[in-house]
Amino acid sequence: MSLWSGSYKGSSFFDLLRHDFPHMLPLQHLPQIPAGEPRLLETVPFATTILALRFADGVVMAGDRQATEGFEVSSRRIEKLYNADSHSVVAMAGVAGPCLDMAKLFQIEMEHYEKIEGAPLALEGKANRLAQMVKQNLPAAFQGLVVVPIFAGYDVHAEQGRIFKYDVTGGRYEEREFYATGSGGKEARSTLRKLYKDGLSRTEAIALALEALVDAADIDVGTSGPDLARGIYPLVKITTLDGTADVDDEELCAVSERLLSVVKG
Amino acid sequence: MAVPFYVSPDQVMQDKAEYARKGIAKGKSIVAMEYAGGLLLMAENPSVSLNKISEIYDRIAFAGVGKYSEFENLRKIGIRYADMTGYASSRRDVTTKSLAKGYSDLIGTVFTRDPKPLEVEILVVEVGEAPATNQMYHVSFDGSISDRQQFAVIGGHSDRIVAYLQDHYAANLSLSEALRLSQRGVVAGYEQPPEEASVLEVGILYRERVGRKFYRMPPTDVAEAMAVAGDEVEAL
Repeated sequence: MSLWSGSYKGSSFFDLLRHDFPHMLPLQHLPQIPAGEPRLLETVPFATTILALRFADGVVMAGDRQATEGFEVSSRRIEKLYNADSHSVVAMAGVAGPCLDMAKLFQIEMEHYEKIEGAPLALEGKANRLAQMVKQNLPAAFQGLVVVPIFAGYDVHAEQGRIFKYDVTGGRYEEREFYATGSGGKEARSTLRKLYKDGLSRTEAIALALEALVDAADIDVGTSGPDLARGIYPLVKITTLDGTADVDDEELCAVSERLLSVVKG
Repeated sequence: MAVPFYVSPDQVMQDKAEYARKGIAKGKSIVAMEYAGGLLLMAENPSVSLNKISEIYDRIAFAGVGKYSEFENLRKIGIRYADMTGYASSRRDVTTKSLAKGYSDLIGTVFTRDPKPLEVEILVVEVGEAPATNQMYHVSFDGSISDRQQFAVIGGHSDRIVAYLQDHYAANLSLSEALRLSQRGVVAGYEQPPEEASVLEVGILYRERVGRKFYRMPPTDVAEAMAVAGDEVEAL
């Protein structure tokens, strides 16, 4: 077997697949879901609430850990946030399978470009690459297999954190302060809208992210808040000039206990 | 009807090999060396942007000498192959052995089939989980492949460098020792060493690094690391 049979010469892994290996792209040959057969979407897991907010040194992103299958909990430990590269994170809401596919493809896209070109894409370039992938998923989205990401990272040129949201058609919009989406997105947004202010500290930003998720979980059955009994906490990632780091469980536990004790009264 | 002259296959291969050797001999050499913390690759390269050393995958790096456009193309092919394999299977399934064999096949096929052989020599190296599982493969312009231990040299004056390193290499070098030894090896390649020290391009596969092990060491850091007396340089 030869090492390489493809003819694509560019620096995008996504285009490489489209050009030389279209059968390797996710969701390429979708069978039409018969009308009156909506049950499919009750049997696949959904990833629910994700959010991002800016703070003084960069961005905080968070996602709850529950995947929902119709009226059932499909997983309590799913992760909806992925490090796209050293300075950016992509969060995924929607049907879990295609979400995972897109996240994986996006991670490889970032790494592939960096290796081929010898330098990473600018943050905005990364955001645009993701938009193309969301756009590619549009036929699947029409059949209910929706993927709605949030992309955020630290822009080393602009020296600040930036947040990008997407619609199912691949539309890409920059948010200046915060954004949340997924089934509990609306609830989370209303908390963020009330409590967000410019120049939050790291600790304040983490507490606000968790509070928004607690509120989302309060109303949306698809979202779980911090699960103190099982010791499962939302996934929270901080991206600054120094790169992306996960907030550890110990810190999340302390903040969660404080938030939930307020609920308890 | 014109009858083409008969040229024996021996002659054809010899001519091609000579042509390729001439092309490669013009270039400067590259040294790969095992050290206690991983593997390093060092090239003399005055250009900051046209690299000879590159990352391929988590544990795998590539170095090429000869015609830039040709080894650059091979480098990209390697990255595409590795990323594609990792995407289709898993990151662990990307192996240096299969990549090196693939290069050998590709370069060998061009050598026998095409009128012009590739004027390149490449190294494909992998840092193992333990020093014993490091891998270094050398693929020559005709596709012949060999694996090396301790160190490997490609390029114009590799014989002299190999001879120098055989006399001076020791196991378990620290990074700064290995950098200094590689640099002395590079200098030993010259009959008449240049007055000014050459600009060095250095890539390191650092075993303890999480995830992607490749690290391109900026020239200022290389100079600093070489100045450290004997001891291990701090984590990269």
